[in-house]
Amino acid sequence: MNGRIFDTRVQWLKYKVLKEVTKHAYTDTLQDAYRDVPMTIVPDGTKATMRCCIYKERAVLGERVHSAMGGDKQNPNVIQVLNIACDECPVSGYTVGPDCRGCIAHRCEEVCPRGAITIENHSAHIDHSKCVGCGKCASVCPYSAISKHTRPCENACKVGAIKMNEISKKAQINNDKCISCGSCVYMCPFGAIVDSSFITDVVRMLRESQNSKHYKVYAVVAPSISTQFGYAKLGQVVSGLKALGFYNVVEAALGADMVSLSESRELAQRGFLTSSCCPAFVDYIKKNFPALTDKISSNLSPMGAVGKFIKSTDPKSKVVFIGPCTAKKMEFQLPEVRPFIDSVLTFEELYAMFEACEIDLTSLEEDVLDNASYYGRIFARSGGLSDAVAQALKEQEITDFEPKPVVCNGIEECRLALLKASKNLLPGNFIEGMACVNGCIGGAGCLSHGPKDKNEVDEYGRLALEKTIENAAAITLGVSPEKGV
Amino acid sequence: MNIYICVGSSCHLKGSYNIIALMKESLAKYQLTDKVNVSAAFCLGRCTDGVTIKVDDEIVTGVSPENFDQVFAQHVLSKLQ
Repeated sequence: MNGRIFDTRVQWLKYKVLKEVTKHAYTDTLQDAYRDVPMTIVPDGTKATMRCCIYKERAVLGERVHSAMGGDKQNPNVIQVLNIACDECPVSGYTVGPDCRGCIAHRCEEVCPRGAITIENHSAHIDHSKCVGCGKCASVCPYSAISKHTRPCENACKVGAIKMNEISKKAQINNDKCISCGSCVYMCPFGAIVDSSFITDVVRMLRESQNSKHYKVYAVVAPSISTQFGYAKLGQVVSGLKALGFYNVVEAALGADMVSLSESRELAQRGFLTSSCCPAFVDYIKKNFPALTDKISSNLSPMGAVGKFIKSTDPKSKVVFIGPCTAKKMEFQLPEVRPFIDSVLTFEELYAMFEACEIDLTSLEEDVLDNASYYGRIFARSGGLSDAVAQALKEQEITDFEPKPVVCNGIEECRLALLKASKNLLPGNFIEGMACVNGCIGGAGCLSHGPKDKNEVDEYGRLALEKTIENAAAITLGVSPEKGV
Repeated sequence: MNIYICVGSSCHLKGSYNIIALMKESLAKYQLTDKVNVSAAFCLGRCTDGVTIKVDDEIVTGVSPENFDQVFAQHVLSKLQ
């Protein structure tokens, strides 16, 4: 049923809703979607497989329809909890499991600073009213019999933005901490946290363009697309995008080429910089290390840069970014990015659009996609940006500055590097920050994640026609990737 | 005069980059950089015909390093002199 398309059935369920909502958007029947979509996915006569009864399943699906149509507009965050879908996972904290042998040493009891552990009936017992969750007992147990049980969402959130609401027991997101990386969206086993979608906006944009008559809609695709849609060729995905009504498909990697030239110059000039490509990382700095905000590169992200270039060639155009990233849905709404990007879709949402329009990629001719260099393309994986900046310095013959990049793979590594940087203890002068582990290929909006993804990105990079960043970026005829028009 | 050079994927693979370089070179050679505005364009709708450029409203297809001088003389120089 799920096939090889998605990693989990939650994604598959979300996709089914997105696909049905997209169909409604195309037939101008969105007003009926709230009633029709749940009935289509869970028709009369089916047995409940996900929740206690089909009526609750339909109620949850109704909420998913709401997310697919843009979610709660009062909430500025695109990452939102569907309260009714949250299963209120028990939060038991540290628990003694069946491996406890009721030994004589009682290291757990001895080490506990709060006296929360007693031995009853030859087994350790934790009094949760006393336990403070320090974890010392778990670390000393010779049988590893004590383990920590946390909610998957809280566990996934490495910035501490999710807590249980004490009264409702539902997950609750603190928008002052959330960086919209989407890792909770991907990890919640009940699909109770979702990234609100702009898919109906994109459908409207495409339809009103009347096949590029009124204006042209450009699709900007992230280089991580090389790890997605594995059932078809990349050239067929390009054809599919054009079949959806996009006038042209442009690589975000071209924006990456523009950025690495400009960012490397800025780095040499200022002596210390953090990257600005990953919107979740940038948001993390602003929210947690405000003193380092002025160290963020003044360049737009590759998405913003290529959008700026496209708009310079065609001011009436609309630009839709398609990628693996939920945080891009926040980034494009920033005042400095809004002029260049009109909407954002994830790969999950693109797949739903293909299926809603019954576009079978495997039956299409292969179109071509080539706008960027090897270095622009490898931005999709951790370490790629640092490689590109070093190469850009070399190409521009900036030899009096030695880049010492600190590659941060995932937001936890970013936190450590920023912490050191804030105390002037960082052994490096350039922080490459990627909130997702492995980089963009680990993004929450990917259809699937696999161990071969990095190799696929590198391989895609090697296929690029232009071998140098300068050659690739030359086609932009000097459009600057810096903020501002 | 406005010249647009297609940098869409098809044209790019057929050598838009070289044409941009030649165009800049020739405009400099004839001291026309002030009179001619060169821009990029994503797809001029003639993807199968080689690198495509647009000189004001006129589309010229199949531009290559081999025929560039002739294209430049016929479609750019002749109109400016």
